[in-house]
Amino acid sequence: MEILYLLIPLGLLVLGVAIWGFIWAVKTGQFDDMEGPAYRILMDDDDIRIPTRNPENTADKELKEK
Amino acid sequence: MTGNHKEECFHCGLPVPQNSSYRVKIDRKERAMCCPGCEAVAKAIVDGGLTSFYHHRTEISPTARAAVPEILQELTLYDKPELQRTFVSTDEKNIKQASLILEGIVCAACVWLNERHISALAGVVEFRVNYSTHRARVRWDDTQIHLSDILQAIASIGYLAHPFDAGRQEAVYKKERANALKRLAIAGLGAVQVMMLAVALYAGDYSGMDAGLENFMRWVSLFIATPVVFYSARSFFSSAWRDLKVHQLGMDVPVSLAIGLAYAASSWATVTRSGEIYFDSVTMFTFFLLAGRFLEMGARQKAGQAAEELVKLLPAMATRVTDEGDETVAVTELMIGDKVRVKPGDSIPADGVIVEGRSSINEALLTGESHPLAKSIAEKVIGGTVNIESPLVIEVQKVGEETVLASIQRLLDRAQVEKPSIAKMADRVAAYFVGFLLILVSVVALWWWQHDPDQAFWIAISLLVVTCPCALSLATPAAMTAATGSLTRLGVLTTRGHALETLAKVTQIVFDKTGTLTKGHLALESMQVFSDIKEQQSLNIAAALELGSEHPVAKVFLQKASIPNEISANEVEAVSGQGVTGLIDGVQYRLGCAAYVASVLEESPATLDKPKNATEIFLVNDKSLLAVFFLNDELREQALESVQALKAMGKKVWLVSGDNEAAVSYIANQLGIENTRHSMKPEDKLSVIADLQQQGEIVAMIGDGVNDAPVLAAAQVSIAMGGGTQLAQASADMVLLSEHLPHLVDAVKMAKRSVNIVHQNIAWALVYNLLALPLASMGYIAPWMAAIGMSASSLVVVLNALRLSKSVDL
Repeated sequence: MEILYLLIPLGLLVLGVAIWGFIWAVKTGQFDDMEGPAYRILMDDDDIRIPTRNPENTADKELKEK
Repeated sequence: MTGNHKEECFHCGLPVPQNSSYRVKIDRKERAMCCPGCEAVAKAIVDGGLTSFYHHRTEISPTARAAVPEILQELTLYDKPELQRTFVSTDEKNIKQASLILEGIVCAACVWLNERHISALAGVVEFRVNYSTHRARVRWDDTQIHLSDILQAIASIGYLAHPFDAGRQEAVYKKERANALKRLAIAGLGAVQVMMLAVALYAGDYSGMDAGLENFMRWVSLFIATPVVFYSARSFFSSAWRDLKVHQLGMDVPVSLAIGLAYAASSWATVTRSGEIYFDSVTMFTFFLLAGRFLEMGARQKAGQAAEELVKLLPAMATRVTDEGDETVAVTELMIGDKVRVKPGDSIPADGVIVEGRSSINEALLTGESHPLAKSIAEKVIGGTVNIESPLVIEVQKVGEETVLASIQRLLDRAQVEKPSIAKMADRVAAYFVGFLLILVSVVALWWWQHDPDQAFWIAISLLVVTCPCALSLATPAAMTAATGSLTRLGVLTTRGHALETLAKVTQIVFDKTGTLTKGHLALESMQVFSDIKEQQSLNIAAALELGSEHPVAKVFLQKASIPNEISANEVEAVSGQGVTGLIDGVQYRLGCAAYVASVLEESPATLDKPKNATEIFLVNDKSLLAVFFLNDELREQALESVQALKAMGKKVWLVSGDNEAAVSYIANQLGIENTRHSMKPEDKLSVIADLQQQGEIVAMIGDGVNDAPVLAAAQVSIAMGGGTQLAQASADMVLLSEHLPHLVDAVKMAKRSVNIVHQNIAWALVYNLLALPLASMGYIAPWMAAIGMSASSLVVVLNALRLSKSVDL
């Protein structure tokens, strides 16, 4: 059981990392908006990379400008 | 309505008028638009390459108002440094930052649209929208772009943005929330770790454990519990100290006593290697209590943010009349004695007296009466009320804190502070219990000290721990948190802790009429035409006469008229409270009440097919009657069922309204409400409620207007409608977000159930304490048994409370 003398302090270290991580998350505003980001990933900017048949498509124009 | 297929506006979903020529090409297809506003917005969206907004949106957008050049002009005022001082901050790299309240956000796609559109502007460093609060933060480089350009860009895609001073409340809320989250996380993580070690220690007690290892684990538990007690539980200690300073024994006193003593005794046990440790109970208890308070805080903040929007009642800009001509200034710069010009449709910026012009003023803000009042020179007007008919020049008499609007807010603050609260009773009972406990513990400790000094300390500790009022103090908050959660899912937001407890005991339920039992806006119920005029044509004439008026009646006609309305009226003149008259193609028309058209129409036609209680509006030309319109305010869905369900529960239902007798009794008859009061001013409503309260009744008030706010604050428990004014919501204990009256019935039922659960919890906690008390006093309970007993009794209470959150259907 001597190994516990090593494992428990190691566990404490992990606990410290978890608390640090949580405080970091609170400080950087990860909990400010609990709804918006879930939708944000669904509406990405990748539509301009999807090829379209219509050359007049505004999205294509945007791509050319870039 | 005819059976023809009606086209709907692709942007806002309103029917497209016939012959409309507003069209925008979206996804290679011509889409019809209802008005130039929607057309301009849709065009801006398509031109910006943001067509996918229309694919992603889950709600129909609000109808866009055509951008009036004057309003856009006004936006440039936000670039003035004097005005920016209040809401703009500048960082070291000369990047400016401001917070905006966004109006018109209905779904997540709106957030995406705004972010894409604004971030693409040159000079905008960052633009972030918070979907939960509908607030945006913008950072920009003032050398490349101005704030007014950003606001215009937002307006061009159909949203409205108001800058606001985020410094005050927003920052406070954010800090409060961040701190609560950190405390909660540390308590939670700590509790899990300590619990793990506690299981090992209990097992070790049973099967034997190496003394060195046991000692090591105790020290580790102490190490983890220390930040939980000194950081997470600090708020309990400070509020207990505050209570003690004013010589009161609040609920936080026993809580901090339990945490403090259990922690101190366990630390002592650890250092001296004797006795039992209770770090697991300490941390778990702290975590449960913090979780309940965190949820309560969330609901309170949501309501508080609504109050912040009240600031919008006062306009940000005013037109000051000076010798050199008119100039536009910020309202905050107005001084007493300044003269300001107020256009029709604008809010009056400050309290003052009319020095030029005559008009009618909508004072719904103060009286709840939606019919405008006529005012002329030398009469007083109040800041925040709306000028309706013609331009006025006003001499400012009061600004800032002196204004009536500011005093309403103060009245509200006071009413909230003085609110009678049943919740305080429970605290007082607990306080007696704590006082009794402390005396008992000292007596028992003294007795043991004289008879068996070695045992005295541990018996005192286990007595304190076993009778720790944890279960007692968790009994109410645990049940309330669970009930609040399930009500929120129904669309009933509870903003104050005592609301449910009080709601369960309510004996009288007082409803406001307009906006509460009814939908709060007039609608054309039916119409009758005379002579050979067509229905639509008579509506168009009425709309032409009412064009530019803010009167609620005018809105009905403006919505019903064809767009564009080819008819236009000249020499329009309005008589307040009576009607309007004007020339159309050289013919004099009149639109108004029976008295107003009496000169043309000697007697009311006998064949009137008048729906019950409808307001009649007559349209006449110089010779004869053309049409009669019947307007009515619709009842909300299931209003009757809800009122009857409340009566079946033994509640007395009241209808107290500012409207006239006929309107009130009509609604009361329909709903079967016997107790009514009509033509009530806010102070009359207050006295009705005060009378009831003096008779020992517990009153719930349901309302929606600014004028209801003081009454809402005075009632023991108050509920505002979700579509009501922000001020009403801020002063209410609960907000019926769904605006669905049956949910009110559910809330009352849920309140009753949760109070039952609270009683069960308190009974259990008391029985447990009464059983444990004599046993512990006699020294039969070892401290480890006390610890298990304390945790178990708290767990029973929490599990019992959780039954409330399971079933939403009652």
